[in-house]
Amino acid sequence: MSVTSSSTLPAPAVLSAALPPLPAWRRKLRRLLGHRGLVLGALFLAVIVLAAIFAPLLAPHDPFDQDVTARLIPPVWQAQGSWEHILGTDKLGRDYLSRLIFGARVSLTIGIAAALISGLIGTTLGVLAGYFGGRTDAVISYLITTRLAMPVVLVALAMASLVGGSLKVVIVLLGLLLWDRFAVVTRSATQQLRDAEFIAAAKAIGASTPYILLREILPNIMGALIVVATLEMAHAILLEATLSFLGLGVQPPTPSWGLMVAEGKTYMFFKPWVIVIPGVALALLVLAINLVGDGLRDVNAPDGRN
Amino acid sequence: MLIYLLRRLAIALCVALTVSVVSFTLLHLSGDLAVSIAGPEATAAQVESVRTQFGLDRPLTTQYVDWLGRAVQLDFGKSFYFQGPVMEMISERLPITIKLGGSALLLAILTAIPLGVLAALYRDTWLDRTALLIAVVGQAMPSFWFGLTLILLFAVTLHWLPVAGNESWQHFILPAVALGYYAMPAMMRLTRSGMLEVLGSDYIRTARAKGLSKSRVVFKHALRNAVIPVVALAAVELGFMLGGSVVIESVYSMQGLGQLAWDAISRNDYPVVQAVVLIIAMFYIGLTFLADVINALLDPRIRTR
Repeated sequence: MSVTSSSTLPAPAVLSAALPPLPAWRRKLRRLLGHRGLVLGALFLAVIVLAAIFAPLLAPHDPFDQDVTARLIPPVWQAQGSWEHILGTDKLGRDYLSRLIFGARVSLTIGIAAALISGLIGTTLGVLAGYFGGRTDAVISYLITTRLAMPVVLVALAMASLVGGSLKVVIVLLGLLLWDRFAVVTRSATQQLRDAEFIAAAKAIGASTPYILLREILPNIMGALIVVATLEMAHAILLEATLSFLGLGVQPPTPSWGLMVAEGKTYMFFKPWVIVIPGVALALLVLAINLVGDGLRDVNAPDGRN
Repeated sequence: MLIYLLRRLAIALCVALTVSVVSFTLLHLSGDLAVSIAGPEATAAQVESVRTQFGLDRPLTTQYVDWLGRAVQLDFGKSFYFQGPVMEMISERLPITIKLGGSALLLAILTAIPLGVLAALYRDTWLDRTALLIAVVGQAMPSFWFGLTLILLFAVTLHWLPVAGNESWQHFILPAVALGYYAMPAMMRLTRSGMLEVLGSDYIRTARAKGLSKSRVVFKHALRNAVIPVVALAAVELGFMLGGSVVIESVYSMQGLGQLAWDAISRNDYPVVQAVVLIIAMFYIGLTFLADVINALLDPRIRTR
C-alpha cells in the first residue's frame, strides 16, 4: 500500500495546489470515511439504533405476548422453523425477533444513560485534577485509585440486591461506578493543555476559571472524551447483560439480551439457538460501538493512523 | 528506591482503609439490613429482634470500628445464614478462585505477548489484522455468554471437557479460557503499541546498526522495555478477574469465592458479602503494589520520580 501511495502522491499534490484548500470539516469527514472499521461500526450501530427507535413498527409481534401452544419454536432456517416466527419463540411462546428488537432499547438506553452519568462525574473530577494539580490532583487521584480497588460486579450485585434490580437502578449504579476511565483520561489530557499558550492568553485577558475550564479546556479534550464515552458505553452494556444474566439487573418480563440468555440457559443443551441469538446480538452491538471508538481514536490521533 | 516503595505502601494502606469504609457504608446505606435479613413476612417486632441480635441498632461508626478492628485480625464475624465463622468459608473457597484467576491470567499472558509482538513486527500485514480481530472479538463478547458457548461446543457437542464443577484440572480449562480471553485484548494491544514505540527508538536503531541479529534486538533489547506496562496491566487484570470470577464461577458452578459472594448476596448474608468485597479489594491493592515494585525494578527511571 505504501508503494502505490508514494507513486501516486505527486499527481494529487500538483492538482491540489491549483485548487483552494478543503475546509477543515470536509478534511475531517474524509478521514472519517476513509477509516474502514469506523464506517463499518457506524453503519452497524445506526442499524441497531434505528431498529431500537422504530421497534414498535419493526417487531412482527408483541414482545410480551405469550402463546403456550407455540413454545420454543426453532428459527426459520431449522427444520421445524416457520416464517411466522423468524427467530423462533422462547419458553413462553414469545416471538424471539420481537424481543430481540425491543431488547436493543434496553441495551442502548443503559449504555447511553450510564455513560452520560459516569462521564459527567469522571470528566468533572479529571478536569479539576488536571487543571489545578497539587493537592486537588492528589485527592482526586486517590479517589480514582480507591474506586479502581472496588470490584465493580460484586459491588453492583450487592447493591442491586438491596435496592432491588430494575432499569433505573442499573443505570444509576453503573453511572456511579464506571467514571474511573473518564477521570484518568481527562486528567492527563487536561494536564497536557494546562500550560498551553492559549490558556495563558485566556488568563491574561481576564477570563474566569470556570470559563477557561468549560470554553477552553473542554472543547479541546472532546476528542478523547468521546472515545472514552464509546468504550464506557460498551462496558455498561456488557455489565447490564451480566447483571441481568445473574438475575439482579433488568427484571422479567422486560426483554433484555442478558436476561434472554439467562432464561434460555436451561434449554441450551437441546436448543442452542436460544442463547446463541441474544449473545450474538450483544457481541455485535458492543463490537460496533468499539469499532466506532477505535476508529475515532485513530482519526483523532495527530499522525492519522495508529 | 526504599523511599519510593514506602510511599507506595503508605498509599496502598490508605486506599485499603478507604475501600473498607466505602464498601461498609454503601451496603449499610442502600437498605435496611434488618428488614432484608428478617425477610418480607417478618413482623415489626421480629425485625427489631434481628436488629438487636446482629448489633444493627448501634451507631454506624461503632459498627464499623468494631467490624474493622476484628477484620484486621482476619475475623470477619459469623455468617448470618450458616452461623459459622466467615473466615472459614472464605479460606475454603479462596484456593479455587485463585487457581482459576491464575490460570486465566497465565493463558492471557501466553497469548497476548506473542501475538502483540508479532503484530508489531509485522505491522499492517494480515498477521497484525488477525491479532486485532482476535482482540476486538474478545472485547465484544460477554464473558458469561462466551463461557456458555464453550460449554456447548467442547463439553456438550465434542465431549472433550466436563460441563461444570471444580473437581479436576480439566474442569478449570474452559472457565480459564473464558476468563482469560476477556483480559487478553487489552494486554495484547499494550504489547503491540509498546513494541512499536520501542522499535522506533534510537537505542534500537543503534543495536541494529551494531549488527546485532534481529531476534537478539527484539527479545533482549526491545521486549524488555515493551513489557513493563504490560506487567503492571497484568497485575491489575488479575485483580479484575478475581472480582469478575463471580460471573464465570456461576456459569460453571465452581465453588469459589465468587460463587460464595453470589450465594451470600442472594441470601442477604452481609458479613460474608463485606468480607469478600474487602478481600478482593485487598488482593487488587496488593497486586497493584506488586506491579509498582516490578516496574521500579525493571525501569530505574521510575524509582527516582
